[in-house]
Order: sequence, then structure tokens, then C-alpha cells
Amino acid sequence: MFHLRLVRDNTRIPFMKGRHAGLIVSALLSLASVILFFHPGLNYGIDFAGGIVIEARTPQAADFPSLRHTLSGLNMGQVQLQEFGSPQDVLIRLERQPGDDAAQQRAADQVRATLAKEIPGTQVRRVEAVGASVSGELFANGMIALGLAMVAMLVYIWFRFEWQFGAGAVVTLLLDITKTVGFYAVTDIQFNLTAIAAILTIMGYSVNDKVVVYDRVRENLRIYKKMPLRELIDLSINETLNRTLGTSMCTFLSVLPLAIFGGEALQDFGIVLIFGVIIATSSSIFIAAPILLFLGENRLRRGSPDSEQPAAATKPAP
Amino acid sequence: MLYFSRWKIYLILAVCAAGVIFALPNFFSRETLASLPSWYANSRVHLGLDLRGGSHLLLEVDMAAVVRDRVEGLVDSARSQLRTGNIGYTAITPAEKGLTVRLRDPAQADEAVKQLRQLNSGNAGVLGGGTPELDVAANGDSVTVTLSEKALRDRATQAVEQSIEIVRRRIDETGVNEPTIARQGGDRILVQLPGVEDPDRVKRLLGTTAKMTFRLVDVNGDPAARPQPGMEVLPSAEGGRGPAAYVVRKKVEVDGANLKNAQAGTNSQTGEWVVNFEFDSVGARRFAEVTQANVGRPFAIVLDNKIISAPVIREPIIGGRGQISGNFSAQTANDLAVLLRAGALPAPLTVIEERTVGPDLGADSIRAGLISVAVGFVLVCGYMLAAYGTFGFYACVALLVNIILTVAVLSLLQATLTLPGIAGILLMLGLAVDANILINERIREETVRGRGAFSAMETGFRRAYATVVDSNLTTVIKMILLFIFGVGAVKGFSVTIIFGILTSMFTATVLVRLMMVAWLRRHRPSMLPT
Repeated sequence: MFHLRLVRDNTRIPFMKGRHAGLIVSALLSLASVILFFHPGLNYGIDFAGGIVIEARTPQAADFPSLRHTLSGLNMGQVQLQEFGSPQDVLIRLERQPGDDAAQQRAADQVRATLAKEIPGTQVRRVEAVGASVSGELFANGMIALGLAMVAMLVYIWFRFEWQFGAGAVVTLLLDITKTVGFYAVTDIQFNLTAIAAILTIMGYSVNDKVVVYDRVRENLRIYKKMPLRELIDLSINETLNRTLGTSMCTFLSVLPLAIFGGEALQDFGIVLIFGVIIATSSSIFIAAPILLFLGENRLRRGSPDSEQPAAATKPAP
Repeated sequence: MLYFSRWKIYLILAVCAAGVIFALPNFFSRETLASLPSWYANSRVHLGLDLRGGSHLLLEVDMAAVVRDRVEGLVDSARSQLRTGNIGYTAITPAEKGLTVRLRDPAQADEAVKQLRQLNSGNAGVLGGGTPELDVAANGDSVTVTLSEKALRDRATQAVEQSIEIVRRRIDETGVNEPTIARQGGDRILVQLPGVEDPDRVKRLLGTTAKMTFRLVDVNGDPAARPQPGMEVLPSAEGGRGPAAYVVRKKVEVDGANLKNAQAGTNSQTGEWVVNFEFDSVGARRFAEVTQANVGRPFAIVLDNKIISAPVIREPIIGGRGQISGNFSAQTANDLAVLLRAGALPAPLTVIEERTVGPDLGADSIRAGLISVAVGFVLVCGYMLAAYGTFGFYACVALLVNIILTVAVLSLLQATLTLPGIAGILLMLGLAVDANILINERIREETVRGRGAFSAMETGFRRAYATVVDSNLTTVIKMILLFIFGVGAVKGFSVTIIFGILTSMFTATVLVRLMMVAWLRRHRPSMLPT
């Protein structure tokens, strides 16, 4: 039987030696992401900014310059044209039209009519028009979901472990999320409802990853009562390294097809998730563990029976 | 731990078999499904609009118009009420939520308040609860009448409910299959129309208030001049076949609400498209009275403040039937008939969100989704086989069963599969296999530490179990939040992940264990290969 190992067994990589470097690099990246979030800012999709998206398939390869000229002639503000999939597929984006919600509808109808007149045989395959009131609510709901998810994670880990673990996980999550937002800013990928789903997924995946390392730390705390926390965390990371990398590999392999075959809507989702898998995996090792070390030194070690108790109590019977 | 009683094995296999059975209807052709009992044939995953094609419209009821209408009516009734009470006033000014009456004689203020309170009695009963609809208060020589908050709220609810009813009737007429029409929030209506590629007609039908009135035309009035009190100038929609605008009386002689039926047809003489209508008994009587008294004068048919036509009354119409001719095509005549039959909306509706997907794009998305899932499955299985050999193969079997079970659960719940839902299935592949990796790594670890095969497996499963539960529960929590706050298609993503994760707990810990134990019993190795 051939067994592919991503890393060999019994590694003893001293990850905690690089804890300062890891935290500093991560903090700088997150800081840069926050700056990017405000300037130049995110490319908000119509879910959050309002506006119109029309996907059309032209009978021949689309003539972009003339199409752009025709559509700018409608005086609807900036018109973005984008090819995707085949040269016949055109994605038309219009910013939110001034005026009431009905203005979006009128504009969308006008673009349809213009397409039908200028390029006969054009198939309008998708139309989305979102007005200002709806987009504002969608954005608010998305943010509430992210905030609540964060709180839920904190509470869950706090109950299952100890507060040091919960704090470590949530700080790491914040760093992960800011970087993901920064990724949206750098790549100019549309930030819309799917982006909220992507961020929540990355959060889920990231916490999932941390829980495994933390579980092992908790277990080792009971086994090696005398080992310094720093060594113990290194040991726990090394022991779970194959799992961490293996799961990351599987998740990466499963979202890869999305990034390749996903079509207009899911391609971005797949790309962001791939980024998220890399971020979450590295943060399990280089961020979540060092934070636990900082918060837990002298605390998690002292009075071992004390720290043992909640761990033993919550262990479910198999 | 490693012992499976016979009935437990049967139960596990039965669950898997049930999964296959309930997942199957999704793959049957239409003909096969028709021959199956409906409870079974109906347990299928429903495709979201983004996959099957269709239109999602979010409509908003114009509440300002509802209140404005009510205030206008209030001004009229206040005027006649004050006249009956012989109370002199200089002006009645409508306000945002009521009106102000300026009295000629401040001494009459109390009497005026009493009179205006009378306006309440009629409506208080309708709105129920005994709470007065109007707050009436005097202040020197002016009296203010304000609609109470409760009255406004009741009226809004009423308007939305009525609108939903009318929207349903209108959409039913267009022959759309399985439309969803639901109230959303305070003043919104969600309309989902599967299979409608061009929603323009529906939007037009819904965008028309269709308030029809019959009013007398002032033949001497000049549309260009300022209208006399009680008159107004309305534009014509006849399309250049008459004057561009008419002066008509504000007073509504007969209301569209009194219509019993309306049908499109052709005029036997001219061959033009017309709409034939029929009044109920009240409408027929009113119509007869008006036409009798006004022979020779034009009678305007007004739809949403536009005059469709203004024929001259040649003779009294007593049968309660009439005909609207205008510049109609077959389609517009039909649409008008639909609108008249369905009744008027209490207030205009605005489309505030539209998402329309053509059916062929939906089919393309399904194809892209299936290819992605297949490729993802092969890649993940490839890795598992390479990393864990036989045990990796068991994980792949579990993964396949997991997908089947997820589809089965979604089918039983008749959940909706969306494009992000397909992404959810893919992501689930990666997350579900995590449990197997955890278990396999643990078993390996125990083996490396020198435990025998049975002991390593037992300890591995037991130790990994807590971790599996922890890591999966966090994901489920997050997806539940996404489901609560997510909208439309994103909800589908969270639903597939939630059920995918839950079923994976079964397949990864129970089914895989069963397979591994069977393998152990067959091969009886003293140590597991590492």
C-alpha cells in the first residue's frame, strides 16, 4: 500500500520560535488589508451597492468597443463590460441609477431594448436589478451574520475549552477575515452576498482547523504535566500537522473545480475559498498557537488539576 | 466499541439503502415519476430559480400612496360632514397624516370636533378593536384630524394583504406554474416565477394599479385652463384618436370594483380588439341611472388616471354590460381584461429587486455544477486513496454515501437546491473527509506508538470523536446563522452544508467504522501497516 505523507512522521519543527515573526507579519498584512478596505475600498457588487447586472450572449463574438459606445450613449453612468467564458458572453454592469427603486427597472429595460435593437439575436440570459433600499438591508444583514458568527464561535470555544482558547481563536479569526477582505480589495473581486457566504465559510473552516490543534493541546496538557507550554504547543502542532495539511489539501482539491468550472457566479467564490484555506491553515500554526502561548503561559500550566477539570468533563463518550 | 451487533449492522445498511431510495426520484424521468405514488415522486430536491430559470421579484407597496388616498377621502367626508353640521370653514388643508380645518367662527370649535368625530364611527368598526381611527383636536379657530398610528398600521397591513390577493389573481391568469407569492416584512411582496424568462409582461401587469372609474366629461371645459372645483384634467391614452386630455368630474359615477367580469374580444363591425365587461347588480343599477340621465354626453372610462376612451352615451345602458374600445392589440386587450377581472391594487407596487435567469443559463449552471462536483469528488478520493490506501477507499465510499444521504435528506425536506448550494456540496466534500483524516491519522499515531491493530483502531476512533464533533459543530453553528440572515440563493448554500455535515458525522464515524472493522475481522493483522 502506498501512503502519501505530506510531511514525514514525528516531525519536531519548532514553530513557536517563529511566533513573533508570524504575529508581526500577520498583523502587518491585516493592517494593510484594513487600509485597502478604506482606500481604494471594495468593489461592491449590486447586492450591496445596488445597480444592474445583465448577462447576454451575442450571436457572434461580441464587439466590445461598439457595444461600450452604444451603452454609454444611454447616459446611465459608468458601464462596465466584461467577457467571461466565451467571447460571445458579455456581462454588463451598471451602477445604481439615481432616483427611486423603479429607476433601476427602467434602466434595465432600456438596456434590454437597446441590446435587442443593436445586436439582433442577442439572448439576455440573466438580469439582476437591485434598488437602494434592498441593497442597504442586504448589507446590514450580512454584517450582522458575520458579527453573530464571531460571537457564537467565541462562546462555543469558551465553553468547550477555556477562555484563552476562545480569545486566541477569535483574534485569529479577526486577522483571517481582515486578510480575506484585503484579498477582495486587491483582486477587485465583487463583494456581494456570495462574499459573505465565502467569509463565513472561511471562518468555519478556520475555526475547525484551530479546534483540532487546540484539542490536541488540551489533551497533551493532561498527558505531559511537566512540559513547558511552548514545547507542548510545538508538539501538538507537529502531531496534528499531517491532519491539518491533509484536510487543507482535501478542501483545496474540492474547491479547485469551482474556481475552474464554476462559471461567472461561483468562480470568484472558489478563488476566495482557495485563498481562505491557505490563510486558515497558516494561521492555525503561526497565529492561533502563539496567541494561546502568550495568554496561557503560567496560567494553563499552573494548577494542572484545575485546567484538567473542564476538559475531562466535556469529553463525550464515544 | 469495535463490536457491531447484528441488528446494528442491519440498521446502518438500512439507513444507507433508505438514502439511495429517497435520493433516486431526483434522477427519474418525468414519465417514470408520473407512474410512482405521489408521496414518493414529490420527495425531490427542488431547483432554485437560478438553476431552473425564472424570475424573482421583490415588490414594495407604496404606503405613502395608501395614506394619501385615505387623507383625500377624509377631506371629502370632512367637507360634507361640516356642511351637514352647518359649520362654516374657510379652508380644509390635507396634511401628511390627516387634515386641518380652519373655522370661520372659533366659537363653533367644539361643535366641529363633535361633528368630525362622527367620521370615526363608520370606520372604527371596520378596523376593529374599538380604537378610534382619528384623533380630533381643536386649537383656537382650527381643528386638526389625525389618523392614529394604529389606524395607519392596520391600513398598511390591509393594503399589503389585499395587494397579495390581487397579485396572485393576476399572476394566475398568466398561466405561470407554481408561482410563490409571499409577504415579506412590513410592506413587501416576494414573487417568484419559475420558468418565466421574460418577466416584462408580468412586471407590466403588476405595475398597473388598474383602478378603473367611470366619470362624466365636462364638454365645455378647457383642458389647458385651470380646472373648476370638483373637476380635473386627465390625459388621454387613446393614442392620438381624440383630444390629448379631457376635463372630467372628480366624482366617480361607477367604480371598477363593481365589475363582475371582463373579457377581451373583437368588435364585430370594426374588427378591433375591445374589452367587454359586465357589472354586478349594484354597478348595473348605477350605470343604468347615469347613462339614462346623460344621453348624448361623453362618458369617460378612466384607468389609473388616464382616459382609455370617452364614448358618447347614445342610449341608456340597462343590461349592465358595456364595451371599452381603445387602441388595443390582442395582448393589451387581454391584459386589461385580466387587470379588470383581478381588481385594483390598493396602492401602486414598485419592483425594488429583480433577479431573472434564463432557462438555458440555468441548465448551463447545473452542468458546470455537476462537472465541478464530479471533478472535486475524484480529486479528493484520489488524495484519500494515495494517503490512506484501503482506509482511504473506505473514506471515499463514505463520501459517496454522504452525498447520497445529503441529497436524500434535502429531497425529503423538499429543500431548494441553488447554484451556491452546489458549491456547498463541493465544499462539504472537503469538510466531510476531514473526519476521516482525523480518524485515520489517530489510528496511525496509535499504531506508530506500538499499539496492536484492534487497540489502535479503538483508541483512534474514540480520541478522534470529540475532535470531530467540535470541529463540525462550529461549522454547523455558522451555517445556521448564514441561513437565518442569508438571502435567497445563499440560504441554499447553508442548507446543503448543514445537512452535509450532519450526515457526514454518521458516514465518517459509523459507516467507516463498520467497514474498517469488517476489514480487520477478515485480515486479522496484529499491527496495522503505516
